[in-house]
Amino acid sequence: MVSEHDDIDCSDAVHTLYHFLDGELTPDRLAHIQSHLEACPPCLEKFDFEAELRMVIARKCQEQVPESLRIRITESIRFEARGGTSGPLDFPE
Amino acid sequence: MADQATFADLAMEFMPALYNAALRMTRNPADAEDLVQETYLKAYRAFGGFQAGTNLKAWLYRILTNTFINSYRAKKRRPEQTEIEDVEDLYLYRRLGGLEAAAAGRSAEEEVLDHITDSAVKEAIESLPEQFRMAVLLADVEGFSYKEIADILDIPIGTVMSRLHRGRRALQKALYEFGVERGLVSRAVEVGDSGE
Repeated sequence: MVSEHDDIDCSDAVHTLYHFLDGELTPDRLAHIQSHLEACPPCLEKFDFEAELRMVIARKCQEQVPESLRIRITESIRFEARGGTSGPLDFPE
Repeated sequence: MADQATFADLAMEFMPALYNAALRMTRNPADAEDLVQETYLKAYRAFGGFQAGTNLKAWLYRILTNTFINSYRAKKRRPEQTEIEDVEDLYLYRRLGGLEAAAAGRSAEEEVLDHITDSAVKEAIESLPEQFRMAVLLADVEGFSYKEIADILDIPIGTVMSRLHRGRRALQKALYEFGVERGLVSRAVEVGDSGE
């Protein structure tokens, strides 16, 4: 844990940037950073940039699941649920 | 104890996220599909041991990463790359931040971020050495906490933080290089240098 001061300088704020964006700061530390950002446009700009970059990365790194995979998995779990026997091919009695 | 009959109802919704991670890990659609299928089968068989009410998504990711490490990576005999270039803090911001864009009301960095393609982001993530790639993917794409990532990858929280720290900086450099290759960044820098 980082020691708490009333005033945080810009290098402290930047150092904490990722922990801030990751939601991993203590409520105390979070409040200190937030009040620094309100008073410091250059730091706010850096935080905004990193936050936007993170959103761009998450949004642009998505995949559509192929329907064939969804079917394959659903069927293999059904097969497994029947004890690994392939129902339709089994003799009824 | 979780009831196997409820498995499909609970677990299927995580397939897009698992498939996304599998693709970034294997870098190959056929392997990614096999990896996700194997993950679901193993999870189904082990579901009796899952504590109902705990984090199912993290539990599935743990099975996915273990399966990847134990079978897919081992099969490829790919040596685990642990070295990563040291990149400065705020790499992209220092190159793009504060530049004036041609279009009024938009910053140059927003314009560049907008033009980064999906495939550039995916390739940049895939260019990271595996251990850094997994940490960045779990945090920045999937939104897991440090503690959850530590549990999924079975590493201490301090290691999660250092892999994220270095992996994110390397990712920024890779994205910047894609931007330069595509002529997006040099254009922004020219605009920024117009005061010369």
